[in-house]
Amino acid sequence: MDLGLSEEQEMLKTSARDFLQKECPKQLVRQLDDSEEGHSPDLWRKMAEQGWMGLVFPEEYGGSGGSFLDLAVLLDEMGYNILPGPFFSAVILGGLPIALTGSEEQKMEFLPRLADGTTLLTLALTEPTAGYDAASVRTEATARNGEYVINGTKLFVPNANVADYLICVARTGKGDQAESSLTLLIIDARSPGVRITPLKTIARDRQCEVVFDNVVVSEKNILGRPNEAWPIVEEVLQKATVAKCAEMVGGAQAVLDMTVNYARERIQFDRPIGSFQAIQHYCADMASDVIGSRFLTYKAAWKTSEGLPAAADVAMAKAWTGEAYERVTLLGHQILGAIGFTMDHDMHLYYRRAKAGQTIFGDADFQRGIVARGQGL
Amino acid sequence: MDFRFSEGEEAFRQQVRQWLKQEIPQRWVELDPGIWEETEESWAIARQFHRKLGEKGWLAPAYPKEYGGLELSHMKRLILAEELAYNRAPVGVEVEITVNWVTPAILLFGTERQKKEYATRIARGDTIFCIGYSEPDAGSDLASVKTRAVEDGDDYVINGQKIWCSYAHLADYCWLAVRTDPDAPKHKGISVFIVDMKTPGITVRPLINILNHHSFNEVFFDDVRVPKENLVGQKNNGWYQVAIALDFERSSIGWAATNQRIIEELADYARETTRNGQPLAKDPLVRNQLAQLAVENEVARMMAYRIAWMYSKGLHPGYESSMSMVFVSELSRRTASIGMRILGHYGELDRGSKWAVLNARLARMSLSALSIGVGGGSNEIQRNIIAVRGLGLPRK
Ligand SMILES: Cc1cc2nc3c(=O)[nH]c(=O)nc-3n(C[C@H](O)[C@H](O)[C@H](O)COP(=O)(O)OP(=O)(O)OC[C@H]3O[C@@H](n4cnc5c(N)ncnc54)[C@H](O)[C@@H]3O)c2cc1C
Repeated sequence: MDLGLSEEQEMLKTSARDFLQKECPKQLVRQLDDSEEGHSPDLWRKMAEQGWMGLVFPEEYGGSGGSFLDLAVLLDEMGYNILPGPFFSAVILGGLPIALTGSEEQKMEFLPRLADGTTLLTLALTEPTAGYDAASVRTEATARNGEYVINGTKLFVPNANVADYLICVARTGKGDQAESSLTLLIIDARSPGVRITPLKTIARDRQCEVVFDNVVVSEKNILGRPNEAWPIVEEVLQKATVAKCAEMVGGAQAVLDMTVNYARERIQFDRPIGSFQAIQHYCADMASDVIGSRFLTYKAAWKTSEGLPAAADVAMAKAWTGEAYERVTLLGHQILGAIGFTMDHDMHLYYRRAKAGQTIFGDADFQRGIVARGQGL
Repeated sequence: MDFRFSEGEEAFRQQVRQWLKQEIPQRWVELDPGIWEETEESWAIARQFHRKLGEKGWLAPAYPKEYGGLELSHMKRLILAEELAYNRAPVGVEVEITVNWVTPAILLFGTERQKKEYATRIARGDTIFCIGYSEPDAGSDLASVKTRAVEDGDDYVINGQKIWCSYAHLADYCWLAVRTDPDAPKHKGISVFIVDMKTPGITVRPLINILNHHSFNEVFFDDVRVPKENLVGQKNNGWYQVAIALDFERSSIGWAATNQRIIEELADYARETTRNGQPLAKDPLVRNQLAQLAVENEVARMMAYRIAWMYSKGLHPGYESSMSMVFVSELSRRTASIGMRILGHYGELDRGSKWAVLNARLARMSLSALSIGVGGGSNEIQRNIIAVRGLGLPRK
C-alpha cells in the first residue's frame, strides 16, 4: 500500500500550483467569470505549452502518455486555484470519448489539435430532464443517404459557447431499451442549425443550451459504433465524476488554507479568532472533510487509473466530496464573517463552484443510489 | 499510489480469517458481548482467547522478538486488528489498554527487568493491566492528578483516589499516574508506577456503566506500598510518558471494522425484511441512509489506513490519529442511530427480548458508542489537537 504521490506527481503538483498562481491570479479568474466567453485563449496557449491538454493522451497523438492519476493531480491543483475555462470539458468530456472509441483517423484529427491547444471540444449529453440516464436522451439523429439529420435540445453543455466541436449523444433507433440505440456524433459547432446559448449560473461555469435544428452531418462523423454509445458515455461519465472530485478536493483544500490563515490573523477581543475553540473546532472539522474527500477521491482515481472496476468507489467519492466541499465552504464563510459576504473576497468563488460541483454528474443522492446497488440493496 | 495490500498481506488476512473461524468459541458467539459488556463468563473466555492469540504471537505482534513479539509490519498489524474487530473476536478494550498503551510505554521507558517481566508476559496473554489516570477532579485535565506517592525507604507510599478505571476488578496490574512532587508546576511533578492490584490498601469499588454492566471502577489507595523498582522511567517525568503513551499507534481501525460489520448486517436485514408490502431495501430513504453509512465508513477506514501507512513510512502521526478517532466515534453514534431507525420499533428492543433483531446490537451500540469520543481523550480535546497541532492555530 502506498497512499502517497510519486515524485513525478509531486513535481507536477508543484509546477501546476506555481504556474497557476502566476498565470491565473484571482484577478484573471474574476475577469473571466465576468466575461462573455469565460475563456482566455492566451492562458490556454500557455497551458498547452505546459502539455496539460495532452497529459493523458498517448504520445502518438501529441500527448505525453500520462496516467489518469496524473490528471487527477493536475485537476486537484486546478481546483485549488479555481481555473476557469474549458479544460475540463475539452480534455475530459471531449477528449476522452475520442481516445476511448475514436477511429485511428479521428484520433489523429482531433487529439493532437486538442493537445496543442488549437481545438476545443465538449460533450452534448444532458437534455431538459437534466438527468444522466440514457432514457433522458431524446435528441434524434435520423439517417438519410449517408448523412444524419439531428434534431433536439441539449441542456447543461459545458463551454459549448467556445467549443469548435460538439460530441452529441443522439438517438439513432428505436431499440427496446433506452441504452441500445444511442450514437455519438462529432458535430462542428459552426454547422448550420446549431444554436448555442450560454446559461446564466451562479457558478459562472459556462453551461449552455444547444439546439440542433435539422443539423446535417456525414456518417463519417460517427464516433465509435452506431447504437453502442451508451457504455462509452458511462465510462466517460464515471471518469468525469472522479475528475470533478479531484477538482473539488483542490478547492476544498484552498478554502481550508485560506480560512486557517484568516483565523490566525484576524484579531478580536485582543486575540486571534483562531484561538477561540469554536473556530478551532470548525477548522478541525473542515480539515477532516478535506482529508476524507482526498482519500476517497484518490482511491477512486487510482482504481480508474489502473483500469480496475471503480463504479462504487467513484460514487462514494462523489457522494462524499460533493457534500464535504459544500460544508467546508459554508464553515469558511462562517469564519470569515461579513468579509465573506462580499464580492471582493475570494471565498464566494469557491462556494459557487462547490454548489455547481455538487450537482454535476449526479448529486450525492444519485451517487448513493449507485452505492446502494453495490451494497446489494 | 497503490491502494492494494500486497499479496503477502492478503494471504495473511486469509490466514487470520481462517484461524478466527476455527478459534472463536461458540459460546462467545452466543453470548455476543459488545464493548463494555463483560460478564464473568465472557471475561473467562476472553482471557483464554488472549493466551491463544499469544501463542500465535498475534496478541502483541508489534513487540520486539526478545519480548515475545513478532515485529510484524504495520500493515499486517492493521489487517490483524481489522479482522479481530470485524469477526467480533474475544478481544476487548482490555487488550487495547494493555498491549497498545501500557506496554509500548514500558518498552520505551522501562528498565530491562520491567521489559522482560511485563512485556513478555503480556505478549503471552498472561497479564492484563488497567489504567489509573482519571480522578474525580482530573478528567481531560489529566495533569491535575492529586493521588500522592511519597518515598519511604525502598518503597513509595500511595494515597488517593482514581475513577473510571476499566477492568480494575479484573486486571493484574495498574498503570498508575500519581503526583510525586506537589510543589512543581503541575505537569512536572507526575510519575508513573506499575502497581500490583493485589497490594494491600487497594479498594476497588464497582461503577455500573450505561449498559448496566460492571466495566469500570473507583479505586482507592490507602497507604499502598509500592517497591521503588516499580517506578517506570524517571521520577517526575510521568506527564511526558503519559502523553507519549496516549499517542501510541491509534488508528481506530477496530471501530471502522466494527461499523463495517454492522452496516453489512443492516443491509442484509433490509433485503430480508418486508415493510408496507415491499422489501425494506426498496425504500429509497433506507437505501440512501445505508449507502451514506457505507460512504462514511469508507472515510473512516481510509483515515485509519492512513495512520498505519504513515507509520510504515517511518512518519509519526499525531493529529491524524485524533482526526480518525473523532470521525469514527461520531460515525459509530450515527450508525447506531440510523440503524435503530431502520429497524423501526424493533430498534429499541434490548438483548434478551423475544423479538429482538440483530441480537439488539444496534440498541446496545447506541449506548456503548457514547463512550467513544469521551474516554481516552474527548472529541473536544481531539479537535483542539487537530486545530493547534495539525493546523497551527494559536493556543491564545
Ligand atoms: C467507558 C469509559 C472507560 C474509561 N476508562 C478509563 C480507564 O480505564 N482509566 C482512566 O484513567 N480513565 C478512564 N476513563 C475516563 C476518561 O479518560 C475520561 O472520561 C476523559 O479523560 C474525560 O474526562 P471526564 O470524563 O472527567 O470529562 P471532563 O474532562 O470533565 O469533560 C467534560 C466535558 O468538557 C469538555 N472539556 C474538558 N476540557 C476541555 C477543553 N480543554 N476544551 C474543550 N472542552 C473541554 C470535554 O470534552 C467534555 O465534553 C474512561 C471513560 C469512559 C467513558
